[in-house]
Amino acid sequence: MIEDRKPRIATVSLAGCFGCHMALLDIDERLMALMKLVEFDRSPLTDIKTFTRRCDIGIIEGGCCNEENVEVLREFRRHCDVLVAIGQCAIMGGLPAMRNAIMHSDAALRECLEEAYITGPYIRNTGHAIPNDPALPLLLDKVYPCSDVVEIDHQIPGCAPSGDIIFAALTGLLSGKFRGFDPHLIRFD
Amino acid sequence: MSEPAFHITIDGVQIAARPGQTIMEAADEAGIYIPRLCDHEGLRHQGSCRVCTVKAGGRSVSACTQPAAPGLVVENETPHMVKLRRDLVEMLFHEGNHLCPICEASGNCELQAMAYRLGLTAPSRFPFLQPTRPLDASHPDIALDTNRCITCGRCIRASQDVDHKGVFGYVGRGIHRRVAVNGPDLAHTDAAITDHAISAEVCPVGCIIRKRVGFRIPIGEREFDAALIGEEIEEHRDD
Repeated sequence: MIEDRKPRIATVSLAGCFGCHMALLDIDERLMALMKLVEFDRSPLTDIKTFTRRCDIGIIEGGCCNEENVEVLREFRRHCDVLVAIGQCAIMGGLPAMRNAIMHSDAALRECLEEAYITGPYIRNTGHAIPNDPALPLLLDKVYPCSDVVEIDHQIPGCAPSGDIIFAALTGLLSGKFRGFDPHLIRFD
Repeated sequence: MSEPAFHITIDGVQIAARPGQTIMEAADEAGIYIPRLCDHEGLRHQGSCRVCTVKAGGRSVSACTQPAAPGLVVENETPHMVKLRRDLVEMLFHEGNHLCPICEASGNCELQAMAYRLGLTAPSRFPFLQPTRPLDASHPDIALDTNRCITCGRCIRASQDVDHKGVFGYVGRGIHRRVAVNGPDLAHTDAAITDHAISAEVCPVGCIIRKRVGFRIPIGEREFDAALIGEEIEEHRDD
């Protein structure tokens, strides 16, 4: 890095539960050390909604379940040098991807929506209609992992990843010495 | 134990082997772990998952079926072999629907543990096939979630050879090959919760589910929470 500045990190949660963002806090007091090394740009942590500058690392939580997810993910790819998919949803679709195949249905998305808004036994939806407001992002036919949409450089596995593996990955990337994970740290759950 | 009849070399380490032993059996006794999924203690060797592939005498062979021979030189944990195994395990993940966060086998799953050991974390080059596969919950004590089946055939061999029942069998060819039950559904077979084929250690993944025991073991105390798969074999390594 020629410029004398702190590396910039941007983060976003797409089709995720924000659990991976919560897991960032599991770094515990090492968060202090990390905050001395970096500054956060666009992120729910800073409440900055758009990129103000180019970022060194973009951290993506969640896969793509709607067109807005795809747009945001592509924006991250454009504005970040290194893109890191964090958590199983970003890596392989995760829980939202249950709607892809496990429904045993020819029209899995329709069946999913009908159960959620019309036929499910515990719903209180007086309109008995599937939300269809033009302001809502259009749902994709399937939930896609991030690597299906853009080039992903690194993945941090877990649901959610442990503080240890997140810290190991981020410090490794920041020092330019990231060479994969200690197998004992890897978890898919 | 009788005197070793000859020696073989695995990754430069000379180990003892007896006539009739496979490469994997000799390696296990010497405390050298060769990854495997379709092979299981007490069942006949099948050699179908190819995760135990080693280079023996320059040829790629499955260590669970290839007999050890005097002076055999075996490559096991070389970068080439590790990459080949990682690719195989990755394809198994992509061929089925393996959603670890919602699976009750997570933490006790050999496929998942193998992915940990082989470092399966890089962005994938393979598509997720996301097949539509059936769930059979007809039996009062057992359920089959074939989304997670890796067609290792361990349940087939356990049912045929140990239980003498033949509840499970292969149907189809190539990528369409799958494990099926011998009847319209599991409830209409001889399957019983006491069968060896149904026991927790035979199915390496979460396909054969024993009802009403899922998620009993808390995270942190599951089989592969503390140690990597294979470390129990490596514990008694001599050198």
